[in-house]
Amino acid sequence: MAGLTFPKGGVHPEEHKELTEHLAIEEMPPPLQVVIPLSMHFGAPAKPVVKKKQEVQEGEVIATVEKALGASIHSSVTGVVKAIEPHPHPTMVRCDAIVIERDPAASPRKYEAEDWSKLSREQLLSRVKDAGIVGLGGAGFPTHVKLSPPPTAKVDTLVLNGAECEPYLTTDHRIMLEYPDRVLEGAKILMTILGIRQGVIGVELNKPDAINALNKALQQNPPQGDMKISIQGMTVKYPQGSEKQLIYSLTKRSVPGGGLPFDVGVIVQNISTTLAVYEAAVMNKPLYEKVATFSGRAIVRPANLKVKVGTLLSDVVNYLGGTRDLLKIVSGGPMMGFAVSTLEVPITKTTSGVLFLNSKETDTGEYGPCIHCGWCMDACPMGLQPMEVGVYVEAGKGHLTDKFGVFECFECGCCAYVCPAKRPLVQFARLAKIQIKKRG
Amino acid sequence: MAIPGRAFSAAAFLQAAALGAHPLPEINSGEDGKIETLDQRNTNQQPQWAVSVSPHIRRGKTTAGIMWTVSASLIPVMLLSIYNFGFRGLLITLVSVVSCIVVEAITQKALGRPVSVSDGSAVLTGILMAFVIPPGVPYWLPIVGSVPAIFIAKQLMGGLGFNVWNPALVGRAFLMAAFPVAMTAAWVPPVDWSKVSAGVYLGSVDAVSTATPLYVLKHYGLAAVTQQFGGLSTIYEQFFIGIKPGCIGETSAALLLAGGLFLMIRGIITWHTPVSAIVTVGVLAWIFGGETWFGGQPLVHVLSGGLMLGAFYMCTDYVTSPTVKGAQIVFGIGVGALTVLIRLKGGYPEGVAYAILLMNCLTPALDEWFKPKRFAPPKQAPVAAVK
Repeated sequence: MAGLTFPKGGVHPEEHKELTEHLAIEEMPPPLQVVIPLSMHFGAPAKPVVKKKQEVQEGEVIATVEKALGASIHSSVTGVVKAIEPHPHPTMVRCDAIVIERDPAASPRKYEAEDWSKLSREQLLSRVKDAGIVGLGGAGFPTHVKLSPPPTAKVDTLVLNGAECEPYLTTDHRIMLEYPDRVLEGAKILMTILGIRQGVIGVELNKPDAINALNKALQQNPPQGDMKISIQGMTVKYPQGSEKQLIYSLTKRSVPGGGLPFDVGVIVQNISTTLAVYEAAVMNKPLYEKVATFSGRAIVRPANLKVKVGTLLSDVVNYLGGTRDLLKIVSGGPMMGFAVSTLEVPITKTTSGVLFLNSKETDTGEYGPCIHCGWCMDACPMGLQPMEVGVYVEAGKGHLTDKFGVFECFECGCCAYVCPAKRPLVQFARLAKIQIKKRG
Repeated sequence: MAIPGRAFSAAAFLQAAALGAHPLPEINSGEDGKIETLDQRNTNQQPQWAVSVSPHIRRGKTTAGIMWTVSASLIPVMLLSIYNFGFRGLLITLVSVVSCIVVEAITQKALGRPVSVSDGSAVLTGILMAFVIPPGVPYWLPIVGSVPAIFIAKQLMGGLGFNVWNPALVGRAFLMAAFPVAMTAAWVPPVDWSKVSAGVYLGSVDAVSTATPLYVLKHYGLAAVTQQFGGLSTIYEQFFIGIKPGCIGETSAALLLAGGLFLMIRGIITWHTPVSAIVTVGVLAWIFGGETWFGGQPLVHVLSGGLMLGAFYMCTDYVTSPTVKGAQIVFGIGVGALTVLIRLKGGYPEGVAYAILLMNCLTPALDEWFKPKRFAPPKQAPVAAVK
């Protein structure tokens, strides 16, 4: 089945989604202790507004970012602040975190739905801001900032990213399948905040049930007035969900290098983010729970779990029955995720999944010399020449790779995935970027 | 084997072995001399998981896999050459492969590099070098050829991936320069299996010698070719199947075409270079190859000599040919044009090897001229936007 797609490159890794795609989202019981990092967003770390031994309620603000770019952080449990100290972090190695001991007697907080259509754009936007919502696809850019584009930008289209092109991950798939009405309401809220009339949800064609669910929900509850939302099937190809590729697939607009989506009139939001926006606007619920996929062949019971932000991976592993033949733990998808070295890392707002891979699923072998097969070039969705960057970096000339457009590289990993010599081409590109910046 | 500076008793070794763990090097003796297995370490919150950079999954294809696949696709050609020339061709190929492996291993050791003969690249070079020399040469000739091919053209250039010229063709070029008589007169006619004698079978070729179609064509004209090899349609049929004098692995257009198609289906090569090279040879031979303009016989040129092997197996060598598709087409046209130039006007009847070696020099420049089109280049100068 042909769907919409992007023009260059891309790869078809084995999906492995069959491990979790049929499993309904399951709520994990809250752990006895949560560790909530102060950096879970793009921008400055948040500053704690609570003190040690202070009692906090579920959903209470415990850290804020006042002046810089960032988002508020809320307690995910009712309990007592035990410590504010550095702690392992899935992507930053270590980072300050607020440790909260849960009060086992406290009952979970309840939220009531209300009619959001009475709220003004400003009220809706401040609810998004107060809820501490960030882009949940991985980058964690504060959503209220993204929803306030500069007045010079003429935004006319909202793009919802339901591609979920990373293998293993089924978080957005399950959300679209189980909460299609909330996703659509969330889209309407986002379009109302932005003051635009056109929205498009792109879903890869390997999720026909999600496309059906969204279409059904759209028929039952169509948008009012001249607002239009369409659901588009996209070709199953990685990295279909990458911002620039997604925008091209759905709107045929190209975001230039160094540019942002609003330069071509588009704002992109992730499906999980849209659900969080719905919960913030309709239920006034802050973002302190996260649906994430826990998968891979080394975890005893793969699952799609709704977990409290700050839940330690060790608690999740115990809940899922432990591991077997574990070789590598990856926070995020297998193409762009980060390997973690300890189970003491917490689930953050941007954790879309954690993979437990055995030696058959992941490759830790050595790499050989470049044989100039050109496969990386053919796989690169940005039309770059990863092999040249790699050869330059190895020769100590990474600072000269700007001419290959290395800053257009968003590290999707297609090049390294296809490389027959198993060269770490993404890492070479990262090093090249660092070396160029160092030379100023 | 014991780890220096660490207590490592036989009892501890047995204990570790009883626990089902490999005793070295996963086992570290603790400060109290107690041995921990890998499993115990994990439960002691000191995990030893792999931590490496993304992506964490890889496609199964490897460099060695490519080399062995290409080598395997040449097996039918080898079988036909046994039918054609007896076991002599097989023996020369084996000598060539073994000497290439040995030269690679010795030079890598001498240069302080890890020995990587298992990646199959030396094997492939050995096969290809044997396939472009005549079957009647002395058995030791490939040994001489493997030194310039592997040592000079490959390892001295930096090893796999860094060579400028195709190693197999450098080997052939060296042999042509150093042993011109052996390399141009050692042609053997196909074995007539109805009259097969033990002598021919074992490859004693001194008594029989012949000339290649290209040699006859160059020196005596098309009429002489049809006289020696049969009418045009017979020539096309015999040449396409590969029952004719020629180098060990060059004779069969059909099997080389099949091998090339197999490699295309496996995604190892693309059509760009082979097709442009073959079409160029055909067109130029048709225009300039006859008594009058547009009077040449394109198919005789396309089916003769080393064009098929060169186009599908040498022009497509990753290391020494361009990666960008546009550059590959120009590379193929260059190979075709130089081949026809040498065949029609040069001193040799055949020119594919030199044409490819000459175009190899242009590969870096071609890749520079034909850069792929970027999906989203910046609107202004890229440097300012980043900072």
